Amino acid sequence: MGPWPYLAAGWILLVALYGLVTSRNLIHAIGCLAVAQSSTYVLLLSVGYRRGGTAPVFSDLRPGSRPVVDPVVQALALTDVVVGATVTALLLALTIQLRKRHGTVDPQALTGLRG
Amino acid sequence: MSARARLLMFAAAAIVIGVFYGVASAETPSFGRASHPYGDRAVAASLAHRTANVVSSVNFDIRAFDTLGEESILFGTVLGATLLLRLARDERRRPAASERVLPTTRLFGVIWLPVALVVGVYIVAHGQLSPGGGFQGGVVLATALHLGYIAADYRVLEKVRPLAVLDVADSLAAGAFTAMGLAGLAAAGAFLKNVLPLGTFNEITSGGTVPLLNAAVGVEVASGVIVLLAHFLDQAVEITGNDEPEEAR
Repeated sequence: MGPWPYLAAGWILLVALYGLVTSRNLIHAIGCLAVAQSSTYVLLLSVGYRRGGTAPVFSDLRPGSRPVVDPVVQALALTDVVVGATVTALLLALTIQLRKRHGTVDPQALTGLRG
Repeated sequence: MSARARLLMFAAAAIVIGVFYGVASAETPSFGRASHPYGDRAVAASLAHRTANVVSSVNFDIRAFDTLGEESILFGTVLGATLLLRLARDERRRPAASERVLPTTRLFGVIWLPVALVVGVYIVAHGQLSPGGGFQGGVVLATALHLGYIAADYRVLEKVRPLAVLDVADSLAAGAFTAMGLAGLAAAGAFLKNVLPLGTFNEITSGGTVPLLNAAVGVEVASGVIVLLAHFLDQAVEITGNDEPEEAR
């Protein structure tokens, strides 16, 4: 497959950044951030893939009978998912407050500082 | 900045990122290669500690200290969301109304809520054996409780989620992870060292501290996610601004 899976991850990142840059709605921007984060899942899992490998779980697999994919990057992807979920939650909470205090969720309409 | 200037700046940055990333991708070890030195060592370390699920072993044994940081992030988020979504001075809480529910929908909730809870506990408890663990099972447990909201109404959900208890459970579980780390420090001289008997491979009691850390994280994630969702749902269902007419919501 060559470097295509890595390039796919980079493509997802750039698409998400395009969305972030042009966003007119903070909820949409948070969605774009989640897409940007998901590009790291694709990158991590493709770095850890081994041809013909199966899941690194030995409850129904005799150790050494089959190649397994890299468990280290899978654990990193799990950490990544948890951190992504927490960031999304905090940003959504901030957006709710912003909507209440400034009456808009358009980042480009937020120009003045207000106490 | 105008939309056009913004796009031009993005295009310039995207080209730079794209070129460097493309070059880096071409130099990265090829996709699907047979050599994974870290993976092989993690598998060997996991089998030596009789943990069948290597991903759990990496998260709760080899990289347990990182997972402490991860669950602290989650704890901090729950605190942050609680702070951000508190009742402001110009808002008031209007108790949720009772809703009419179809009997079949209610039956669905009564049957599936306990099943979903058992599935959540199963996934937490078998984290060291099969795919799953504290994070995944905790989210299943938290969402299971919200079947009460889907199949009945918000008042039922408020009855099945004692927020004061869950707040305490969240903090205690977060503290329990650190306490287990300190126990390892006292018993074997290293923070979060796997000091418990390792048990029999592929049994529920295997893996030493892995199932205990999984349980602590499971409780923390479940109570944390319920508290987090409670604050968001309160905003949507119960909290209204003073000047806002009720129909406008």
